[in-house]
Amino acid sequence: MSEDQQLRVSKITEGTVIDHVTGGQALNVLAILGIDGSGGEEVSIGMNVPSERLGRKDVVKVEGRELSQDEVDVLSLIAPAATINIVRDYDVVEKHRVERPSEVVGVLQCPNRNCITTKDEPVDSRFAVLEEGVRCAYCDTIIRESIADHIHVD
Amino acid sequence: MPQDHIISAKHLSRADIESVLDRAAEIAADPEAVADRHAGQLLGMLFFEPSTRTKMSFSAAMKRLGGDIVDMGPVDQSSVKKGESLADTVRVVEGYADALVMRHPLEGSAKMASEFVDVPLINAGDGAGQHPTQTLLDLYTIRESAGFSDLTVGIMGDLKYGRTVHSLAHALTTFDAQQHFVSPESLKLPRGVRYDLHEAGASMREHTELEEVLDSLDVLYVTRIQAERFPDEDEYRKVAGEYQIDAETLAAAKDDLVVMHPLPRVDEIAPDVDETDHARYFEQAHNGVPVRMALLDLILEGNL
Ligand SMILES: [Zn+2]
Repeated sequence: MSEDQQLRVSKITEGTVIDHVTGGQALNVLAILGIDGSGGEEVSIGMNVPSERLGRKDVVKVEGRELSQDEVDVLSLIAPAATINIVRDYDVVEKHRVERPSEVVGVLQCPNRNCITTKDEPVDSRFAVLEEGVRCAYCDTIIRESIADHIHVD
Repeated sequence: MPQDHIISAKHLSRADIESVLDRAAEIAADPEAVADRHAGQLLGMLFFEPSTRTKMSFSAAMKRLGGDIVDMGPVDQSSVKKGESLADTVRVVEGYADALVMRHPLEGSAKMASEFVDVPLINAGDGAGQHPTQTLLDLYTIRESAGFSDLTVGIMGDLKYGRTVHSLAHALTTFDAQQHFVSPESLKLPRGVRYDLHEAGASMREHTELEEVLDSLDVLYVTRIQAERFPDEDEYRKVAGEYQIDAETLAAAKDDLVVMHPLPRVDEIAPDVDETDHARYFEQAHNGVPVRMALLDLILEGNL
């Protein structure tokens, strides 16, 4: 990221910068991470920022919160090129890529209305991650396109 | 014990299936030998939707093993009616029985329920999902009548919604059967099922006409095409009519073709087939008892 682009979104002192998010997916990234502002986190996002690698990309910065690998790997479903930068005292102390998890729990809502996970039961949705798409561990429904449309929102 | 719940035929290995079928054959040959084997044990019956036949078959199986059943009764007279969650219901009921049998209208319900109980739970059908004991009795019938070696099976009818079909197709894949799926275009196998079969290395083809494959089949498994799958009555009659068989249709088949059907049938198999040597569907239904006895026996003994 050039200095110029860096300035489009304010620098953070401590926290996580999620860079190289597929253009237009920033709000879905926040939805998946369960960040809606109600927790008081300082969040800034840049959308459709010019990027050499992606053409256009989104950037999400979360102040005061270091996201774990497990938390961010689920982002690979909607932003496979995302990079994660952990910032402490203005410095990037860790930088890594998202990796496809073998399953995602509690993140997506099964589109099958006859699936037990869509009812009032004490069970989290659970999807196995396939080469292409994801499959409900309970009813076997496969989601292949527009996975972001199935993000679980309370 | 590698698994104590029976949720999906997909999770049964070939060895698991063979141990159930072997045990069923032993029991069928000498039912007296197991008449008191599970005396004092109770099977909990949780039927959240009516299925008289499956329920009778499980009851008969448990009683012929010397055990007994405790029945939740119809849903409209139970706590479920008052809005109790399935997770709570099964956690209460597991205390009453040594094993549970559950039928429920929602897909994935058996898997979820099994995560909340310590006694073995058998899925007797979850919505359009899995019905593994039907699959086991189908496989038993196939093994007894045609055998598994060099087997070619045709599965015809509603392949989209028919849970028995999906379950059977998975299992036949583990026995290396050649499978031909015959259905109208609108009722082909769902994508998820086809994906899994390919992943499992199934040798399979899809057809819209039975004539294309009839003479190569050892087994023809017929399922019902339901009127509600079609926009109107005319369309239904036109399409469903092409997937009905009678004695004349079967003239083109091998002499030892075995015709199966999960029953109840309506008009997809004409009554004149009943008189032929091909008909095996009543025997298939009767096989439900020894097969469920075998499964209950293995599960209650912790041998599966
Ligand atoms: Zn589902």
